[in-house]
Amino acid sequence: MNEIVSKEEIAPATFRYVINHPKIAQKRKAGQFVIVRTHEGGERVPLTIVDSDVSNGTVTLIFQAVGHSTKEMAQLGVGDRLLDLAGPLGKPTHIRDYGTACVIGGGYGTAPVLPIAQALRDAGNDLIGIIGARTRDLLILETELGGICSRLEVATDDGSYGHKGFVTDVLRGLLDDKTKVDFVLAVGPSPMMKAVSELTREREIPTMVSLNPIMIDGTGMCGGCRVEVDGVTKFACVDGPEFDAHLVNFDLLMKRQGTYRAEERAADDVESHCKIAD
Amino acid sequence: MADHPSKNPRQPMPEQPPEERIHNFNEVPYGYALEQAMAEASRCLRCKKPRCILGCPVEVDIPGFVAQVQEGRFHKAAQKVMETNLLPAVCGRVCPQETQCEIVCVLAKKGDPVAIGRLERFVGDWEREHGDSTLPDLAPPTGKKVAVVGSGPGGLTCAADLAKMGHAVTVFEALHELGGVLVYGIPEFRLPKHILKVEVDRLRQLGVNLMTSTVIGKLDTIEDLMAEEGFDAVFIATGAGLPVFMGIPGENLLGVYSANEFLTRSNLMRAYDPRQGDTPIAHGKRVMVIGGGNVAMDSARTALRLGADHVILSYRRSRDEMPARLEEIHHAEDEGIDFELLTCPIEFRGDENGRLASAIVQKMELGEPDSSGRRRPVPIEGSEYEEPLDVAVVAVGAGANPLISSTTPDLEINKRGYIVADPSTGATSKRGVFAGGDIVTGSATVIEAMGAGRKAAAAIDRYLADGVWPPPPPEKPAEDGEDQG
Repeated sequence: MNEIVSKEEIAPATFRYVINHPKIAQKRKAGQFVIVRTHEGGERVPLTIVDSDVSNGTVTLIFQAVGHSTKEMAQLGVGDRLLDLAGPLGKPTHIRDYGTACVIGGGYGTAPVLPIAQALRDAGNDLIGIIGARTRDLLILETELGGICSRLEVATDDGSYGHKGFVTDVLRGLLDDKTKVDFVLAVGPSPMMKAVSELTREREIPTMVSLNPIMIDGTGMCGGCRVEVDGVTKFACVDGPEFDAHLVNFDLLMKRQGTYRAEERAADDVESHCKIAD
Repeated sequence: MADHPSKNPRQPMPEQPPEERIHNFNEVPYGYALEQAMAEASRCLRCKKPRCILGCPVEVDIPGFVAQVQEGRFHKAAQKVMETNLLPAVCGRVCPQETQCEIVCVLAKKGDPVAIGRLERFVGDWEREHGDSTLPDLAPPTGKKVAVVGSGPGGLTCAADLAKMGHAVTVFEALHELGGVLVYGIPEFRLPKHILKVEVDRLRQLGVNLMTSTVIGKLDTIEDLMAEEGFDAVFIATGAGLPVFMGIPGENLLGVYSANEFLTRSNLMRAYDPRQGDTPIAHGKRVMVIGGGNVAMDSARTALRLGADHVILSYRRSRDEMPARLEEIHHAEDEGIDFELLTCPIEFRGDENGRLASAIVQKMELGEPDSSGRRRPVPIEGSEYEEPLDVAVVAVGAGANPLISSTTPDLEINKRGYIVADPSTGATSKRGVFAGGDIVTGSATVIEAMGAGRKAAAAIDRYLADGVWPPPPPEKPAEDGEDQG
């Protein structure tokens, strides 16, 4: 169990690991996540289950090596084992046939979109996909989503590929063109999810977002991942991670995500000093 | 016969001086030296009908092991304790002996009781450092499989008993480390992790299969364990794993923690020592802990060791009503925790970045006794004041985690979400499923959870033998006799 059976860098510093864990592969549903630890003393890192293969007994995870722990994880290779892999956690996505569903992924947030998009398509939805990234190199899962969406739009902030601008600009364009959209799912950086939410609220389109607050145990034990939904405190790990976008307090979410920014900077400083010393 | 109590006083516990210990996470009491332990053991009067045993939820043969200590036969003493309790070094440290075995000690009538807890700790420590780790004999395999959900004190005790009875036991732990509250909740300075680890490893030696990072209710449900995985019985001992907040404005500000989160970061994730753990924690300079129980004391003393200049403990009743152990209250006071009694924050205020900046605190006075028998705190109108803060830790209790109850529809729960179980057997509304510890009773003590684990193991053993459901309560123990003084 927990062995990395394949590793691929799908974009700069963005990795796709296929990991052996037959039980999670069998039990997981779209929208659920796992918690990973790579080494003694390591942080518990929540990652969405992007895919699973029941016959091979594997789950697929995608992560970006941006913080201390994800950089540690990126050091592992095929044949290495994750120290801990706990899951599946969180509530599965509520899947039904909405008609036309628009699935939106921003940056590395495109990874959690894929399994939900697959489940929506399997339930009979016609899918429109919008994915975006800062620049072309950072775009992920275009082929995979292209295979299940009847229409896939791409946006890059710098215009290096697809539309120049944000995914919300593309969404606004679609809606202005009277494209039929009955449901929106958006996952990505919190400001992007907030912008999508504001846009669809005006047009009264039901919208779900998958939130990624700071989390520790993932079982509802610590309350560190609390988010405010419709004025009520919820725990993203057990009540979510998906919530009705129009009820989420994104400003609070963004503040709470920054709780340890100073500590993270300090850790990065130590790391870069160490590298200089090397 | 021992001397008159006054001529043979209770041996004091040597401990780290407060001014030193507030700067480290090392254990506070050092433990008895050999001679001290023997001298303390000599105070036991060997009552014919010892009440201390009845005061212990797992009925350790206290006079039996104390007699061995007095004679200097420490390994024999350890074996005696471990007949009923595989976690002596843990229980010697965290049990509230003063309200259990020691309060009923006959010496307590006229003076200080035998320091049973300190002796148990001594024995556990001696065995760890010098013992040959002989384990109790196991009954022949029964061919029955039992799942224990949760590796806290209740689960570990139940698992050990069942293994000794010859059943094949698997313990499922959701977190990455074994021990439940002993590892995520109780700080290093009260229960060093390496001590816990040695005692938990004894279960492995008994042949118990220990599975970490396995979240029952998610990976497998209770029903899956029985229908798919072939377990004949299940014991649920998942603890009080749901933080309780006060429901006041500003509780989601940065810097406001549940005690569960604050302690989990520091203990389980080792945030107290950046060399051991990568997980960050806020190092507040002005910290307020809200609550009056052991968890509040642990949080306050942790905050101090993380570098706080000023730690306030805000409790809405008076000192007399504090649920924490007296020893913990004393330790906290000695270390300079500032007790603001009869106060309660009614609002947290933040700065422009959403970080905690202060609490608005209201003074309270005691009114008539409430349903718990304690005098009810009544707010004093107009008494509010503002306390500048950068960290607050809410330690006002814990609730029932719904992961298992929400995925086990035929498991009866009460209106507060706790599992309904027969107190004498642990049997729940679902055939073959037992429960005990905090998930049944709400927040209680380590040893009470262990007692529930022991009772459930006995009932599970009977159920596996005869298949009678629900298992009848155990036969009543013999009538209490008068102790001799």
